[in-house]
This record gives sequence, structure tokens and C-alpha cells, in this order.
Amino acid sequence: MLTAQVLYGLTACVIVALGLRGALLHASLLQRVVAINVMGAGVFMLLIAVAYRGPGLPPDPLPHALVLTGIVVAVSATALALALARRLHAEQDND
Amino acid sequence: MTDAMIGLVALPLTGAVATLLLPRSATVVAIGAGLATTIAAALLLFGVANQGALHYEMGGWSTGLGITLRADGLSALLLMMTSLVALAASVYASAYFSAASERARFWPLWLLLWTSLNALFLSGDLFNLYVTLELLGLSAVALATLGGKRAAAEAALRYLLVGLLGSMLFLAGVSLIYAGYGTLDLATLPRVVEPGPIAWTALAMMTTGLLLKTALFPLHFWLPPAHASAPAPVSAVLSALVVKAAFYLVLRLWLDVFANVVTPVAANLLGLLGACAVLWGSWRALQAERLKLLAAWSTVAQLGYLFLFFPLLLALPPGPTRDLAAGGLVMLALTHGFAKAGLFLAIGVIQQRCGHDTIRDLDGTAQHLPATTFAIALAGVALIGLPPSGAFLGKWQLLAGAVETGQWLWLVVTATGSLLAAAYIFRVLGHAFGHQPYPNQPVTVAREEWPALLLTAMAALVLGLGGAPVWKLLEIGT
Repeated sequence: MLTAQVLYGLTACVIVALGLRGALLHASLLQRVVAINVMGAGVFMLLIAVAYRGPGLPPDPLPHALVLTGIVVAVSATALALALARRLHAEQDND
Repeated sequence: MTDAMIGLVALPLTGAVATLLLPRSATVVAIGAGLATTIAAALLLFGVANQGALHYEMGGWSTGLGITLRADGLSALLLMMTSLVALAASVYASAYFSAASERARFWPLWLLLWTSLNALFLSGDLFNLYVTLELLGLSAVALATLGGKRAAAEAALRYLLVGLLGSMLFLAGVSLIYAGYGTLDLATLPRVVEPGPIAWTALAMMTTGLLLKTALFPLHFWLPPAHASAPAPVSAVLSALVVKAAFYLVLRLWLDVFANVVTPVAANLLGLLGACAVLWGSWRALQAERLKLLAAWSTVAQLGYLFLFFPLLLALPPGPTRDLAAGGLVMLALTHGFAKAGLFLAIGVIQQRCGHDTIRDLDGTAQHLPATTFAIALAGVALIGLPPSGAFLGKWQLLAGAVETGQWLWLVVTATGSLLAAAYIFRVLGHAFGHQPYPNQPVTVAREEWPALLLTAMAALVLGLGGAPVWKLLEIGT
């Protein structure tokens, strides 16, 4: 079913575009962090769609490995962004 | 010689863990790891010069599934610059951070940054490049927050978000490449990539992401606050090395992987953005009130020069003239790395010894800190591009290429940018040699002043007078 793969691929592109739009247009810090994560989810979905090799065939393992690594990186980056945001927030309260 | 490649990643990484576990002797451990890494970089440089390009499959896993390390002339040169700059900045940092708690937080992150830079220059496939880009971005942001002030945290957060956006765009391009060609190996891709919608979209996304990270005009907005509010040794490596890493990737993609996809129109667009960066960055550096901001804006301008080479390299047919121009580009990048790192370290000395870095109040600095003022002047020689600096050779090739291909606009931009650079450097030196006698005695502090002097001397004298091997090494491709 090539159409299913194309459908997933196109959806992934839409998600990337939505995330990119959010990251560029939102002023709020938290919204931007979430938007970048949405964009990441789109990229990961694209990679998963790429891994499909046809009915009955095992999927290509390489993109899966890439997605797993990508998720680890994205989680760490989000944690750092949130930690920094908290520090800024705490300093704002002190002022 | 493949041992040197492993050492370049393993030594600073081990050092990072060791400094985390032994916070009391962190400085000694870190300098030791830095020295060992520099020796590995020198061994690799000699290895590549004698044996040609090297590659190593980690753990015996073949290319595609495993992690492949590669080193050619370009990466060996950049690794050598990274090690020398980072080692000098490490020596300076050992004197810069006085509190033990500061040192305990600084060294692990510093060595992680060094590790990710080395891993990036050695990576042989696009996905590992993405991972190392992210590691580099995360450690750089964490180091930039060590300035402690609110402004530093704000600048670091913006730096982080910009960096994340850049790496996500890069990763999206990487997935398109895998979807289109089924490989991410840098050595295989040039043979299989064909002009078409997939290659164009992927290249556009990856390049946009990397331009954000390398701060090319108009995506440079995050750089001046982030580089100007970080601690001095951190600013030095951010400006000298971290932005160069993203630039190195642009270079690899445009001249190597996507060489038959890139069009002259696209290269001209990069050149135009570079020209805007040269003029706007130099102009803002001239307006800057603080030395650190001046140095940060000057980085924006100096990165612009590197992009002026792209339209020339696309227009020149393969051959000796093109190789000369490509060597000029690398020479300019290397010189800027040494000069800017030295400049930031010298500014750090002034900031700590005089208590400020306001340009207007620098009068008498030449009497008070003669060695540091000399380092700033040497850095100035390299930033303006006066002989015998390496930048002179680089700009000479830039001008020669512009004349050769009849692209006169870049000639005007280079000349204007160099004049503006002379203006902002002499503005600083004019104040430093000001008449007002400084009440203090002249001071020389070896551990703080030597690193800046050596780095700037490297940029202004060594690279210019002994730079010929650079062109020879660049002939060694993958």
C-alpha cells in the first residue's frame, strides 16, 4: 500500500510546517518550545513513514534507530529549555 | 593513525566525566585532557598529510549501520585549530574562574563542548552530524549561562531556541535525503544525489538550519547578545569555533555532497547575504559601546566574508585557480578562529583588570596592560586583513577570484568591509593609547595574557608567513 505511506509522509510534512509556523510566530516561550517539539514529531513521523517497505516485509530498521536517537536528543533539549525558563521565571519573581 | 581519531573524541569525553567526578582537581584533569587531545589532533594532522584521508568504522559496524569516523585535509586542519584555540582558552579559564564552585560547573561542560566539536569534524554521515550539532548546541548554551546574570540567561535561552529550530530543520532535510536516496553516508551521497525537488528541498532546509546556527545575516540576531554576555573563555570558543562548525557543514554540503545540485543563483544569494553581513556587522561593530559587543558584531561580519567565496567557487571551473580560492576560504576561517578567540581572551583580561569593557573609558590601557593591548592590535591586524596575517592571504584569493570571474560587487564589499574593520579596531586602539595617564603600574600576568598573545600571533604572523601547507593539505579529499 504505497498510498498509506504517502499519506503518512504528507501528514508528517504538514505537522513539520505547523510546528515551524508556531516556532516562528508565537511570542510565548512555552508555546515556542512546544512548537519545536511538534516539528520534531513531524520529522520523526516522516522517518517512520520512510521505513515502510511494503506489506509483509519487515520495515527498514535504520530510520527507527534514528528516531529513537532523535527523541532522546529532543527530550534533553526540551529539559534544558524548561530549566532555563524556570530560572528566568524565578529571577523575575525576585525582582 | 585511526587511534588519533578515536582519541580526539574519547580523550575530552573521558576528561569531562573525570572532572565531573573529581571536582577538586578538575582544573588539572581538564588541562591534562586538553593537552592529550591537542597531541591527538597534531598526530592526526601529520597522519592525514602523510597517508591521505583516513576513515574508521567504530566497533567494526559497517558504514550505514555503524558510526564511521572520517578525516581529510579540511577536517584535520579544523581539528588542529579547535585544539589549539580550546587549549589556550583552557589555560586562560584556569585563571579566569576564581571560585571552586564555578570551576566545578565549567570544566565538564567545556570538555563536552570540545568533544562534540571534534566528533562533528570527524563525522562521516549526516545523522551523526545532526547528533553532534545538537550536543554542541546544548553544551554551548549551558556554558553561555555561566555568565550568571539575567541577561546571560535570556540570551542563552534565545540561543537555545534558535539552535533547536536550526537542528530540527537540518534533521528534516536529513530525513528527506534518506527518503530519496536511502543513504546518509557523506562519501556515497555525492555519487547518487541528482538535481530534483527532493535534493533542492533537502538542501534548502538543511542550509537554512545551518545558516541560523552560523548566524549569517539576517539570521544573526541571536549572536551578539549570546556571545557578549558569556564568560570570556566561553565567548572565545563560541565565536571562534562553534559558529565555524555549522559553517563547515554548509561548506561540505555545498561543495561536496550537493556539488551537482547547487546552482549559481543559489550561490549568489548566499554571497549577497554574506555581503550584507560584512557591511552591517562591521557597521554595528563600529557603533558598539562595549568591547565584547564589538567583537561579537565583528564575528557577524567575518562570517559574511566566508560566504562571499561561494559564488566565486561556483563560477570558477575545477582547476588550480579554484583550489587557490578554496584554500583562501579555509585560510580566512582559520585566521578568524585564532584572532577572534585571542581578541575575546584579551577583552576578558581588560574586563577583569579594569573592571569594565567600555570602549570610551579605555584611556591608558596601553600603559596599564601593555601585553594585552598588543594582543588586541595583533588580532586587529588579522581582522582587517593586513599582511602578514592569514586573513591577508584569504582576502587576496577572494579579490583574485572576484576579478577572475568578473564579479566586481564582492570586490567593493571586501574593500568597504576591511576599511570599516580598520575603523573599529583603530577606534579601540586610539582609546587604549589615549593621553590620560593611568594611575596604576604596568601589569603583566603570564597565565592570563599569554594565551591571547599566542593565539593572535598565530593569526597575524604564523598563518600568514607559514600558511602554504594549508593549500597542500586541502588537496587531500575524502
